This record gives sequence, structure tokens and C-alpha cells, in this order.
Amino acid sequence: MDIWFLIEIILAGLAGGGLYALAALAFVIVYKATRVVNLAIGEMLMIGAYTFFGLSTGLSWPVWLAIPGAVIASALIGGLIERIAIRPMLGEPPISVFMVTVGLSSILVGVVELAWGADSHRLIEFMPRNPIVLGEAFIAPKVFYGFLMALALTLAVLLLFRFWRGGVALRATASDQGAAYAMGIAVPRVFSLSWVAGAAIAAVAGIVVGSIGGLSPTMGIFGLSVLVVVIVGGLDSIAGALVGGLLIGVVESLAGGYLGGEYKLLTTFVVLVVVLMVRPYGLFGTRDIERL
Amino acid sequence: MRIGTAKQTYAADQALFDSVTQRAWVGVLVLALVAFPFVADGYWLYLACLVAINIASATGLNILTGYTGLVSLGQAAFMGIGAYTVAVLEQRLGTPAILNLLIGGTVAMLGGVLVGIPSLRVKGLYLAIATIAASFIVHFLFANLGVTGGTSGMSVPPAKIFGLSLDTSFRIYWLVVPVTALMLLGAANLFRTRIGRAFIAIRDRDISAEVLGIPLLRYKLLSFALSSFYAGVAGGLWAYFFRVVTPESFPLQMSIFFLAAIIVGGMGTILGAILGATFMTMVPEFLKLVVGWTSLGADSLQLVAPIRIIVFGVLIVGFLVFEPHGLAEMWRRVRRFFHLWPFKH
Amino acid sequence: MRTPGQVLLKNNNDGTGDRVDSSAGDPILRVDGITLAFGGVKALNQVGFSVAPGSITTLIGPNGAGKTSLFNTISGFYKPNAGSIHVAGRDITHLAPPARAKLGLARSFQNIALFRGMTVLDNIKLGRHVHLRTNVFDALFYLGRARREELALREDIERRIVDFLEIDHIRHASVASLPYGLQKRVELARALAMQPTVLMLDEPVAGMNREETEDMARFILDLRAEWGITVLMVEHDMGMVMDLSDHVVVLNFGQVIADGTPAQVQADPEVIRAYLGAGDVADLRRRLRAEAA
Repeated sequence: MDIWFLIEIILAGLAGGGLYALAALAFVIVYKATRVVNLAIGEMLMIGAYTFFGLSTGLSWPVWLAIPGAVIASALIGGLIERIAIRPMLGEPPISVFMVTVGLSSILVGVVELAWGADSHRLIEFMPRNPIVLGEAFIAPKVFYGFLMALALTLAVLLLFRFWRGGVALRATASDQGAAYAMGIAVPRVFSLSWVAGAAIAAVAGIVVGSIGGLSPTMGIFGLSVLVVVIVGGLDSIAGALVGGLLIGVVESLAGGYLGGEYKLLTTFVVLVVVLMVRPYGLFGTRDIERL
Repeated sequence: MRIGTAKQTYAADQALFDSVTQRAWVGVLVLALVAFPFVADGYWLYLACLVAINIASATGLNILTGYTGLVSLGQAAFMGIGAYTVAVLEQRLGTPAILNLLIGGTVAMLGGVLVGIPSLRVKGLYLAIATIAASFIVHFLFANLGVTGGTSGMSVPPAKIFGLSLDTSFRIYWLVVPVTALMLLGAANLFRTRIGRAFIAIRDRDISAEVLGIPLLRYKLLSFALSSFYAGVAGGLWAYFFRVVTPESFPLQMSIFFLAAIIVGGMGTILGAILGATFMTMVPEFLKLVVGWTSLGADSLQLVAPIRIIVFGVLIVGFLVFEPHGLAEMWRRVRRFFHLWPFKH
Repeated sequence: MRTPGQVLLKNNNDGTGDRVDSSAGDPILRVDGITLAFGGVKALNQVGFSVAPGSITTLIGPNGAGKTSLFNTISGFYKPNAGSIHVAGRDITHLAPPARAKLGLARSFQNIALFRGMTVLDNIKLGRHVHLRTNVFDALFYLGRARREELALREDIERRIVDFLEIDHIRHASVASLPYGLQKRVELARALAMQPTVLMLDEPVAGMNREETEDMARFILDLRAEWGITVLMVEHDMGMVMDLSDHVVVLNFGQVIADGTPAQVQADPEVIRAYLGAGDVADLRRRLRAEAA
């Protein structure tokens, strides 16, 4: 058993897991604030990646401008989505809102395909090229720097959440909407904020994922793995998103390395089924209590 | 209130078509369906068969999701099971088509029951996500099991009824449409009995349903069984219709299509499945026409695919936001208007 | 129509039941030492009482005393940590709710639990579910057994329930469109369709005006007289409790603090202190003014 192969796989898994964690963070922020299970999370990543593509390759903006530009554009799109499609569904059964996000994912895929075609594209290279070596384990540079970006953003978000007024408002609304309203928190504004923030975070994740794997209108499939991450971690748990992300990243990487590429998604879904049976609220999620 | 519809017996009150006008319209419909293949060209026959197959599958999903409230994104996977079963039986054994359809339905039903087993503990959205997982696992099996021909799939010999090969749209129409009609009738009957009522009770308030005497797990599994049986038969018809089955024939997108069909049509009504499936099948065709008219040149056809995807999404979001009870509700409003006319209330 | 005393339904485990004469002494429902704890909180603590067949027994007590929890435990929704429940001499403590329904245990709910996607008639028909025999294949085919059973059911419900509860004018209405009072009546109708031996009513007149309350009281008395059903109810309306009940059980903080006839319970000092209240308003005002000074 090649130990360095194993270490490489685990490291790659952790790095990939970092991206999952970031995307899961975006998902959890939206869920915590609005109780919406956003199946379009993968497509929101895609939008971030494609807007970056459009700005950096299409409009030839420099990278240091294109990244914030893409993030802002995605954030605005996220806010727009919330206003137009999610806000009107306030009070509707959760499954209806879930289906709205399914519809949204279709719309986003269609728009992207219309604007940029169905073929894959490559993103402009903006990360350092030299491979990272740890002992005898080799990590692809994009994967490593992508992980660093994910880590940096995650820390920033966690700090914001903890100390910024908006973050506190988000947490309050997540706990008890009625009480938050009573305390003077503009709950509708918090809803918008959560979607804006979620879209922005997803955009960054999307840019990294696009840099590593290229762009295509089917990129959104990433979202399915993110779904597994949040189920494993707990839909409303930030800690769960982070731990779950790393965990699923490693599991997928192990499956890919030892069983073969086509087993990655299968393994992820088998994990999902097991978790749903054994511990449906995930590692850190809060239980729903049914009242008669 | 509808005028002139007072009934004198309970039997008349509970009939499926409870007025002379309704029965007349049904008669007209039957005549139209019988006459259709003789007057329609290949393209419309193809569409009619496709619509019928989609109606059959949508009705199955409606039983599970619309009436019992168990959201499933696995309908395509169950169709695939039915399709592959029929393909294997027809190719390897040459057993009669009707038998193959029944066996295909039964195998799909077993799959459905398996997926439904966790439904007591796993509820709502978690169940929906579990069905996504199940659908991927099934897809993986299709692509990797030897008997299913791997990624290149299987070709399906045509169905044979009394020695006649159903290898044209005209011929297969006579298999697809009556089977679909029977399935619709079965579903409509179901909801006139205690079984159907139990499903609705589970959807509306499952805890109270249990206290009233409905064993939850048994009925949830029954709902899964019925809906996946329907999916399996629809998948079998699909296999006989398209004559080729591959792992990519039944993607997650198709499950989403069926869920969208019952949302757009109206969940929890038989008419809803019919309207929704018809509408969602015809929309891409309609779009092709529109895109063909408005833009000129060969690349306009390139746009059809993404526009279709956008329209699909817009329909889902639009109906959920503006008309959550679907086309069936819109139809009811039109009917009410005509019943009451010239009165307003 | 059954006569009081001839109330027991013996379950033959094949969907049919026999009427068996009860000897006057056996309780039709017996609750023994029921303890129910949620985490560290004891919702019910050693609760025990008996309900005589054909009687109207009422559970009273302040909010949070555990009345609905007790109902939920008897229904089978909560599993007690200790104790037992017997219906017609049979231990049902470990039976699942559907099995309890089959034995003739029916209930209505505090917050109306009608099925909003169905009409009034369908809701009532659903009550009979556990006693019907149609299976899936009968249902899909419909003509034949399913149709016969449905028509017989419809006739029975119309004659015995719809007329009795005076809801014939709304039989095809969707329950979601009905006013509160009528919804409660439909819920009662559904419980009656279950062919119950013991009918548990959770606050049957909550939120009703004087007229609706009197109608409901009349229905409950008729239930006992015409149907031979034993009624166990939770109520806050003291007028109704004292006028209708044969037997009153008082709960406070999950414990039984009194058990007897309405007159006995009304005079019990602990009940008065915990729930009913004593003294007159003028006395109270004097005391308050004295404290404020």
C-alpha cells in the first residue's frame, strides 16, 4: 500500500472538500435565514464562474478586477432571484419552494447555454503554476491555491457572522423570525442579504471550481455533492457545512482514487442514503419536533 | 353551484361522470381517439404516443406526490427499470408484450417499495433528496450491469400483439393509448375508495391519519408501489416506442420533467396529470415552431435547446408562484364560468 | 341503535365485530399508573382512573396539566414510560394507533385535524377506514366489491351520521371553506364513522358561542343515549362539564388531584385552589387595594 498515494488522495480530498465546505456555507446561510433548500446552489456556482469568464476573457478585464466584478454580479443576481422567485413563496410548503429552486436551476442553465453555448470553456489562468510538494505527495497547484482561497473566504465569513451587525441579524432571524421582527430587525432585508451573501460565496467557489475543471453548462452537478454535504453536516449548521465538506471531499477522493472516477458520485450518494437512514438531521443539525 | 345536477341515488352521486353532458363529452373523446390515427400524419402520431406515455407516468407520480404528498425525484429511474426489464425480456425471451409490460411494472414496483422503506423515518424534503440518490444509484447500475448492455444500452425489438409487429407509430398507438386509458381509469377509481382517501389523509395530516386507523408505513409503501408500477409500465411502453434503451434515456432531468408536469397540471387531480403531461410535452414542439418562424437560418435551431430549458424553468417557477393549483384549477374556473353563465355566482 | 350496557365491540380480527354485553361493573377504559416524561419534565405522573361504560367522563385542569398529553398517550401517539391502558379489558399499552382504532377508540382533536384536501363526506368516510375491506385490486377495478362497499358506506353515513349531526347541507363542501363550528361538527362526524366504543373529545366546544355549545352538548348526550358510546372529554367550560358529566377527573401538573362526581369535585378544596377558584370579586378587590397601599 503506497502511503504517499494515500496521503496525496487525502490532501486532494481535503482541498476539494474545502470547496465543498465553501459552497455548503453558502447553502447553509440561505437555509438558516430563509429555511429554503436551494437545489440551485450548483448553478449559482456556475453563474459565478461564467460571469468571471465573461469579464476576464470576453471583456478582457484584468483578473484582480474580474473576480470582484463577478462576485458582485452574482450577488446581485442572487438578490434578484430572492426578490422575484423566493419572496413570493413565503409561507408556501417547503416542497414548493424547493421546486422553485429546481426551476431556477433550469433557467440559469438555459441562460448560460444561450449566452455561451453548450461547449466547455477554459478559464484564464490566474493562480501560480508551480506544483506543491509535501514530502513525496504532490498537490496540483490550482487545487492548493483554490483551497487557500476557500479557506480565506470561509474565515472572513465566519468573522463577519460573529461580529458584524448583519451577521448577528442573520443569526437572530434564523433562530426565530417573529422575535427578530419584534427586535426591529428588518426580516425581509435579512432574507435578501442571505441570498446575496450566498450567491457571492458560491461565486467564489464557482470561480475556483471552474479554474480547476473548466466551465460547462453542466457544472451545476457539483450542487448534488453539496447537497450531500449539508445533509451530512446538518442543513442549518455552519460547523456541519465545514466538517461535512471536508469529510465528503475526502470520501469522494478516496472513492475516485481506489475505485475509479465513475464511483465518486455513487459513493457520495451511498453515504447520503446511509446518513438519511441513521441520522437524518446530520452531524450537527437541529432536530425537528413534531407537534400533534 | 351547478344547476340541474341534483341526483336521486347515491350511486349516481358517486359516479365518475355524473351528468349527461359529461358522458357525452367522454363519448366524443373516445371517438376522437379512435379516429385520430387514421387522419393524423406520422409526426402527430409520434407526439400522441409520447404524450400518452408521459400521461401514464405523470399519473403514477401524481399518486405518490400529488395525492400522498411524498415528493419523489425518482420517477425516471423507475421508468428505466421498467424499460430495461421489457428490453431484456423482449430481446432474450420474446415473451408477449403485455406480459412484459406487467413484469416490467412489477420489477419497478419492487424497486419503488425498496426506496419507500425509509419513508417512515425520512420525511418531506429529505425523502425527495433520498430519491435523487436512489435515482443516481439506479443509473449507475444501468451503466454497469452486464445484462443491461452497459453504457451503450440495448435495442428493443418491436412489440408483437397476435403476431403483428408494432413497428410504426400508427400501430403502437393502439397499444399505448388503451394502456394509458386503463391506467387513468384505475387511478380515478382508486380515489373513490378507502385506499385513495387514506393516501390523501397521509398527505394532509399523517399523524391524525394514523390515529384514525391508517397504518402509515403500509400505505406509504403501497403508494410507492403503485406509482412505481405505473412508472415501470410507462417505461416499458417507452422502450417499445423508442426501440432503444440506454442509461442516458432516463436522467434526473426526466424526473424533474414529470414533477414539473404535475405541478403545472395540478397536483392531486387526475385531470392535472393529463393536462400537465400534455402541456409539458407539447411546449418544446411549440417552441421549435416559434423559433423556426421568428428567426431564419440554421443556427436558430441551436437556440431551441437553451430556450427550451429556460421556458421549462420559467413554467415551473411561474406556476408555483402564480397558479400553484395548476392548469386543472384554471380549467375548473373556466368550467365554473360556463356552468353559471349568465349568472356570476 | 344500541342500548346502553350493550356496548362492547369484540374484535374478530377480520374486520367484523360482535356486540357483547358488558357486565355493569367493568370499566371500558382503565388507565393505570401512567407516567410520561419528556427529558426531565414529567408531563404525566402516575395517572390512573377508570371510565364506566356508557358514561360521560370529563378531564379538567389548568393549561399544561397534561390533559392532551394523556389523550395522546391513550391514542398511542406517545409511549408512556410506565403504566398501562386497558380498553374493554384488553391491554393496549403496546398497540400501535391503527390497532387501537380498530378496537373502537376514536378521538377528536383540540386543533381541528380535518383533512383539508377532501370534502366533508370524504373526511367522514375516512373514519370508517379501519372497518372496510376493499384492497388495492378491488379499488383499481372499482366495479364489484369496492363499489358495493362504498355505496353501503355512503348510505350508512347519510342515515346515521349526517342526519344526526345536521350537516347534510355541507356534505360536498371542502372542509377548508367551513366555519369553525361546522368543522368541529365534521370532526365529530368522522370520529363517529369509526364506530367507536370510546370517544375521546378534546375540547369539543372550544371557541364556540352559546348556541353552538348547546348544540354540541345535545349531540354528546344523544351519543350516549342513541349510540351507547362512552364519552371521555377534556373541557374548560365548567357549565358543560358540571351539567353533562357523570364523572370528573381533575389533573394538575400531570397528577390526578381529584376523581369523582361533579358535585364532589366541585367541593374539593384542592381542586378549588388549583383550578376552580373561590371567593368573590369584591373580596379580591379589597385584598388588592390593601396590598397596593
